[in-house]
Order: sequence, then structure tokens, then C-alpha cells
Amino acid sequence: MDFINAALDYLLGIPAIGLGTQIGFVYKALALLVGLLIFTAFILLADRKVWAAVQLRRGPNVVGPFGLLQSFADLLKFVFKEAIIPAGADKILFLAAPLITATLALAGWVVVPVFDGGAMANINIGILYLLGVSSLGVYGVIIGGWASNSKYPFLGALRSAAQMVSYEVSIGLVIITVLLCVGSLNLNDIILAQRDMGLAHAIGVPWLTFLNWFWLPLFPMFVVFYISALAETNRPPFDMVEGESELVAGFMTEYSATPYLLFMLGEYISILLMCAMTTVLFLGGWTSPIDLPPFTWIPGLIWFFIKVTLVFFMFAMAKSIVPRYRYDQLMRIGWKLFLPLSLIMVIIVAFVLQLTGWGWHGGVA
Amino acid sequence: MSLPLFFFYIFSAVTVASAFMVISSRNPVHAVLFLILAFVNAAGLFMLAGAEFLALILIVVYVGAVAVLFLFVVMMLDVDFADMRRGMLQYAPVGIVVGIVLLLELLLVAGSFLVAPDAASGSSLPIDGTMDNTRALGLVLYTRYVFLFQGAAAILLVAMIGAIVLTLRHRTGVKRQSTAAQLGRMPADTLQVVKVKSGEGLQ
Amino acid sequence: MRVGQVVNTLLLREFVSAFFLAMRYFFSPKPTVNYPFEKGPVSPRFRGEHALRRYPNGEERCIACKLCEAICPAQAITIEAGPRQNDGTRRTVRYDIDMVKCIYCGFCQEACPVDAIVEGPNFEFATETREELYFNKERLLANGDRWERELASNLAADAPYR
Repeated sequence: MDFINAALDYLLGIPAIGLGTQIGFVYKALALLVGLLIFTAFILLADRKVWAAVQLRRGPNVVGPFGLLQSFADLLKFVFKEAIIPAGADKILFLAAPLITATLALAGWVVVPVFDGGAMANINIGILYLLGVSSLGVYGVIIGGWASNSKYPFLGALRSAAQMVSYEVSIGLVIITVLLCVGSLNLNDIILAQRDMGLAHAIGVPWLTFLNWFWLPLFPMFVVFYISALAETNRPPFDMVEGESELVAGFMTEYSATPYLLFMLGEYISILLMCAMTTVLFLGGWTSPIDLPPFTWIPGLIWFFIKVTLVFFMFAMAKSIVPRYRYDQLMRIGWKLFLPLSLIMVIIVAFVLQLTGWGWHGGVA
Repeated sequence: MSLPLFFFYIFSAVTVASAFMVISSRNPVHAVLFLILAFVNAAGLFMLAGAEFLALILIVVYVGAVAVLFLFVVMMLDVDFADMRRGMLQYAPVGIVVGIVLLLELLLVAGSFLVAPDAASGSSLPIDGTMDNTRALGLVLYTRYVFLFQGAAAILLVAMIGAIVLTLRHRTGVKRQSTAAQLGRMPADTLQVVKVKSGEGLQ
Repeated sequence: MRVGQVVNTLLLREFVSAFFLAMRYFFSPKPTVNYPFEKGPVSPRFRGEHALRRYPNGEERCIACKLCEAICPAQAITIEAGPRQNDGTRRTVRYDIDMVKCIYCGFCQEACPVDAIVEGPNFEFATETREELYFNKERLLANGDRWERELASNLAADAPYR
């Protein structure tokens, strides 16, 4: 009974049955889920619009004003279509794969601080949790590709297995350089560190917050992270996993209707998660770029999503301006370029921090 | 029953069940997937024990990388299942012996907890409640035992280099792409714009 | 390898310049025709959906000479001729075009001595079933009535070059 009460208190909290000491987890989760799904719907449209605009097209513009409701029309279309399961497929795994992708992508958002202390679970190893969740993302692809029992999906799955594991390494090293500067694995602490120390404080104009953010002192790492994030989420120019010129649609070839929708959704949400990670690690999270009145009036939540959208815009631009890499070139960049570069940067940053005594030290020193 | 206890039973039950499925499932890919499920649940158990750093490292390293490579290899194997099962009885005695030894050891561990519940507190590295365990692990690994740690790393490096040396074979007569040379090519190196007068041609 | 090239590679110079190029295209006006709502111009010689025309007094032009049926390379046209009931003049009793077979070569309208069968400017006659694409005489005459203005002006525009 004790346990049931505790669980109810934790999950449903104050508004439901009057008991409890905190606002229930369920409400926060619902708010995050709905907000995130709506945001994703518009981001999906933005992706298509940006891609179209660069190619001198207009993009979807029929459903709703400027095509704003296109994603919702697509949602209805996917949901009402027939889900086809190939005869030779491993049925359970075939249906589990898109669920894994979508669930993991959503699970990552639990620790993202969308405003000051605004993470649903403000755990002290948040960044490691994010890394773990994004490293699990490969399973959706592999299982989907294998369970389809078909050649193209299988080839896509094999490619993704190597690709995503390789780029995990450089992402991990980039995160380590940031953690060296911060001294804490908590995402909110990483943002606070970017607000409270840095170049702007050093040159005596502390209100120029955007100079504080880690993108400036760790610029090479910022670039490495951006490119690795593209590879990690199978975005063009590293979308070898789908590679429609070679593999039809890669691991998604046999998928249709709602399972396909879940793959699509999971993919975009994990892309947004990577954008959020970039924002948290390098662009100061929810802090405003200039710490003066007109900018500080805008709440942190809005700043966070503006930054996420900007990073996503860069993702979309990379899709539209860079041709797809060849698979061996992709591996070459990952192992021969990014791995040594980020290792060297870890050493340099560690040396500089040790010699100069800079760094945030978890807010204690 | 408290909430952590409830989760403990869930995680441990799923871990044991999926570990059983690893050895009993017929399809090797399913076996690897159950192994991964067991890993994830073990990470959950670590988390409950307050070792959140270990839990996530288990997920990142084992589930995120090592098990992916397992899966990668197993998916590509062309396994004859009937052939695999034929040898099973032959190896069963060895397997049973190993299993019994493991079981006895586990019982010993559990028994020592029952006999001497305060044995853990007598450890040379008592648990420090004031420090989060990421920092504590860092202090132990990178400060207190840094030379042993570096020694282990050096051994692993040597092993890795050995593996590469053993498998590396440089075939001759194969055209290779030199990305550096390609990127280093300038228009001035290769291209010459010449004004050709009519009727004279190039010298 | 030159130092400058290394710097260019590390700073992603090509990516950055491509980004600015892409941004120029991003904001430039789009040449896309907003199709179902706006349409591009169609040549007067465009060979689209078939139509059987009438004279201004309402008399159908076709005299059942079967030249179009003879010349049709896809053998998409089927004509049966006979005397019309009210005045006994020779007319088509049946005039079918199988639009699935038709290759839109325009030979029928070239062959027609009285400009009866023509291919109009309409190309938006996709249907949901195959059967709807087997055009009969009523359908073709209805097309002619509907598109007469465009058909006449197109024929007039093309006349000097024939």
C-alpha cells in the first residue's frame, strides 16, 4: 500500500486526487510529449521547406496557410494506411524496431533542461544518459533491417551498425572536452557554467553571454560535434543507411503506414535531441545571448527552442548543400580524422585547464 | 513494498528470464537481443544500487557498442541450427560443471553477506556518501591507481596493435585513393589556360 | 600538400561558401508554377484530349470517312458508319477512341479532311478506372462542345503554318 501510494503520488501528484507533495510526473511527461510532437511536426515541415527553397522549389504549400498543416495531413495519411508485414519477416521484431526507435528518441528528452532546471529528471549524469540513449538508437535500425528479411534493409542495417558506433566515439570525446571545462555531468550545470564563466567575463563585458558559450573556445569540437551528430542521426550527407540511390530506402524499405511513421518520428525526434545536445553543450542552452533587458524578457524556454531550431536549420542546410558521402570516406572521416583530432583536443584542453586553473569545477571553486 | 524494491524485482526477474532465453532461444539473433535485454536490465539494477555511472557506462559501452558488434557478426553468420544442436549433448557435462561452480560461488557471495553483513564496511575503500560516484570512481581510477590504470591501458594498446599487425596485409598492385592528394590538388597545378591563335596551334 | 589547403579543409571553407551560395538561392524567387492553381502556357499545337467538333449551326463535322481510323498507328479508333435516321446522311453510328491505347501522335487530326477530330489543350483527364478512358462518341462530342472556343482559336493560330 505504501508503495502504491508512493507511486501514485509520484505519477499523478497534486491535481488528480489531492494527495502528494509534487506535481505528478505524468503531467510533465504529457506536456513534454505533446509539445515535442507538435514541435517535431513543424520541424519536419521546416526541413522540407528549407530543402525545397535551396533547390528553388516552394515545398509543401497546400495544406493550411503556407502548408503549415502538412505534417498533420501526413500523420493522418500514415495512420489510415494498411501496415504491411512481409511474409518472411520476423513479425515481433519487425514491429518492435520502430517502437524502439521512437521510444528511445523520446526517452532522451527526459533529461534535457528546456529552461532553468526544466529537465523532467534533473539527474547528475544527464549527459552520459543522453549518450547512452543515442547509442541505443542504432538498435531500431539494426533490428528493423534484420527483421525485414530482405536484402536492401539488411545492407542498410549493416552500414548503420558500423557508422553509428564509429561516430559515437568522437561524440563521446567531444563531450569529454566539454565536461573537462565544466566539471559536472549535469546538463543544467553545463549551461550554468557557460553563463558564469568564459571569454565575456575575461574581457570584462559579462553581458555578452554568447561569447561565454563553449562554441568559441572549443570551436573545433563544435564542428566535430556538428558533423558527428549528422552521422549519428543518419542525416544527409551521411544517410548511407537509407541511401535511396543504392538501397531503395535502406532499413525502411519494407515498412509502411504507422510503423514507418514511428521510424520517421523517432528519427526526427532524435535529430532534435542532437540539436538540443549541441545547444546545451556549445550554445548555452536556455541562456539569452545578450544579458540585457530586451533579450532577458524572453523566457529561457523560448531561447532554448530558438537555438534548437537554428541548429536544425544548419542540419537542413547540410542536407541541401553536401552530396552523400561514400561509405569508406565516411569511415575514414570518423576514424582517421575525428578520432585523432578529438583525442588531441582532449589532451590540449586538459593541459590548458590544468596549467591555467580555468574551469567551472562543478560550481564549487 | 517500497518503490525501489518493486523495481528491483522487475529488473532482476527480467534479467534472469532473458539470460535464460539467451541460452534457450533457437535463433542466434534472438539470443543476442535477449543478451542485450539482460544488459539493459543489469544497468537498471546498477542504477538501483546507486551506481548510476556504472549503469550508464554499461549501456554506452556494452549495449551501445560491444553488443552491436555481436549482433553485427551474428546477423551475418550463416548458421546451420540442426548442426549446432547436434553437439549440444556432448558438451553438456562441461557446461553443467561450469554452471555448478558458478552457482557455488554465487552462493558463497550471498552466504558471506548472511554470515558477516558488515564485511563491506571493512573494505579498504569505504563508500563515501558525500561524493557522487562519478567523482569517486574518477578519484580511485585516475588518482589513486593511476599507474595501474595506465599500465592496463598500455597492455590493451599493445594487444590492439598486435591484432592490427597480425591482420594487416598490404597488397601491392591495388590502386588506392589518397584523399590528401586529391584535396591538395589546385587548379594551377593541373590546368593551364592558353590562348591559341588561329592556324598556329600549340607548340 | 599546401598549408593553405589544410587550413581550408579544417575550417570547412567549401562548406561555408556553399552555405552562402545556398542562402542566396534560399531567398531568390522560386520559378515553381503553383500547378493546380496556376498553369503554364500550352502551345496551340499541343496534342491532348481528343474532341469531336461541330459546325457553328450544331451539325457534327464528322462524315465517317474513316481516314483517322485508317491512319491511327495504335489502332485506338473504332468507327462504324451508317445513314442517320432523320435525314439519311452518312454519319458515324459509333466513334470510339481507346485513350489507353492512344499515343497522342496527332495523325488523326492531320488526316481529318473536315477538322472534326482534334486533339485539344486539355491534359487533365486522369480517371480512377480504365473503363472511363474508353471514350465513345457522346463523350467526344461533349468534349468538343466544352472546348470549342480553345479548339477554334488554336486551329486559327496554327493555320498559317499548315
